[in-house]
Amino acid sequence: MSIAHYRRCLWGVIWREALRFAQQRERFFAALVRPLIWLFIFAAGFRSVLGVSIIAPYETYITYEVYVLPGLVGMIQLFNGMQSSLSMVYDREMGSMRVLLVSPLPRWYLLVCKLLAGVFVSLLQVYAFLLVAWVYGIELPPVGYIAVLPALMLTGLMLGSIGLLLSSLIRQLENFAGVMNFVIFPMFFASSALYPLWRLQEANELLHDIAAANPFTHAVELIRFALYGAFNPVSAAVVLGCLALFLGAAILAYDPARGLAARLGGATG
Amino acid sequence: MTALAEAPIVTGAGLAAPALGVRGLRHSYGSRAALEDVSFALQPGELAILLGPNGAGKTTLFSLITRLHDRQAGSIAIFGSDPRRDAGAALSAIGVVFQQRTLDLDLTVRQNLRYAAALHGIAAPEAAARIAAEIERAGLAGRGDEPVRRLSGGEARRIEIARALLHRPKLLLCDEATVGLDIPGRQAILERVRALAEKEGVAVLWATHLIDEVRAADRVILLHRGRVLADGPAERVAEQAGAGSLGAAFTSLTRGPGA
Repeated sequence: MSIAHYRRCLWGVIWREALRFAQQRERFFAALVRPLIWLFIFAAGFRSVLGVSIIAPYETYITYEVYVLPGLVGMIQLFNGMQSSLSMVYDREMGSMRVLLVSPLPRWYLLVCKLLAGVFVSLLQVYAFLLVAWVYGIELPPVGYIAVLPALMLTGLMLGSIGLLLSSLIRQLENFAGVMNFVIFPMFFASSALYPLWRLQEANELLHDIAAANPFTHAVELIRFALYGAFNPVSAAVVLGCLALFLGAAILAYDPARGLAARLGGATG
Repeated sequence: MTALAEAPIVTGAGLAAPALGVRGLRHSYGSRAALEDVSFALQPGELAILLGPNGAGKTTLFSLITRLHDRQAGSIAIFGSDPRRDAGAALSAIGVVFQQRTLDLDLTVRQNLRYAAALHGIAAPEAAARIAAEIERAGLAGRGDEPVRRLSGGEARRIEIARALLHRPKLLLCDEATVGLDIPGRQAILERVRALAEKEGVAVLWATHLIDEVRAADRVILLHRGRVLADGPAERVAEQAGAGSLGAAFTSLTRGPGA
């Protein structure tokens, strides 16, 4: 298999995802409205309740809307990562996952292509959200809009890998609703997305420890620092480590010899 | 695992490797055996009908050949390549038409085919030419830019066959490809696949539970409860079963002892 084959395959998978996305306007709309509701209503109401002191990467006092912005960017990617895996459960039931998996490139590469396609869609959503936030008056340093791109790639891949791993464990679409409740909400609320960790520490030591260990916290912090042109090495290391862990586990789960996929399906004919 | 498990496919001196060689294949889901000691070989350009009732193990067999699952015992070779050790070479030689509908309904015919071409690494200009030719051969010239949702069941099936042929495979696997189609639709698809074997030398394994798709001279591999009950020209299979027709033979064999 030549390098050109790998490149064409990646491009084809991303192109298909982009086409499908372009046809599902309501999906784009929903993906944009969700964080905007948080920003316009929740954050606006919360700003008077919660004061945020000066913590890195911020250099001045900030309003709550400014604080919560990276968390909402993370939320977009979290939902997108889980939705991509939802579509994989759907694809597997409908058989189009088979079309991908019987093509000749190695399976791990096909799965990474699928993840990258999901990340690409999340980037469109994130930049649309940042644009609306900018119009609303939340302006970031110009360098932040560029510096956040590699951070988003990493966090998107990590969250997508978690989704991919889940998709290998879920047999049917119906079970996915439970996963939303047991994965998305705990990950989002027990993180630094809505409140700084030191605030959590004041409230509840255990919750603070959980949030500090939550990979999503580190995804949000990596994004937060990058949005101000700064780099958070601890978060980067945690995100990279989790990416390697979850992606490795997902690839194993989809391996035809060892994986769970071997025990699924094939029941008819 | 038995000694048979790793035994090479015997191809005979001077003969090229068969398009598909399956030997001693066994597979089970938990305690339920899906395939038991399945062996057969398919030569280039040969068409064989894999005939079996629902649940006979046809889809499992296809999943093992295409490495969706890994086999538990036995060997598989596609033009001499083992899908486990050399998945790339084996999968490049295979085109698959799945039992389920696997086209993206909201994408156009051309977009669906372009996606498949990309998965097989076909360069864009070459892909465009092949796609145009395949759409025409499928009898859908001029409809390449319609969404698949607007096609009839038979038309969508013809596009799935076109998709399976884009990378010019030498082995075509069709799993219940005519399910849900009317009789003219089924005949059109079967004719097309027969022509592929006869005129273009593509080996075809055609899985079905519909007896009327079999002609007297066709090679039939009769699969029941994961075992090959008979393998040979349809008329001889019927004769050996002491039945007047393949239909009667099919009924008596699949109702025999242990069934």
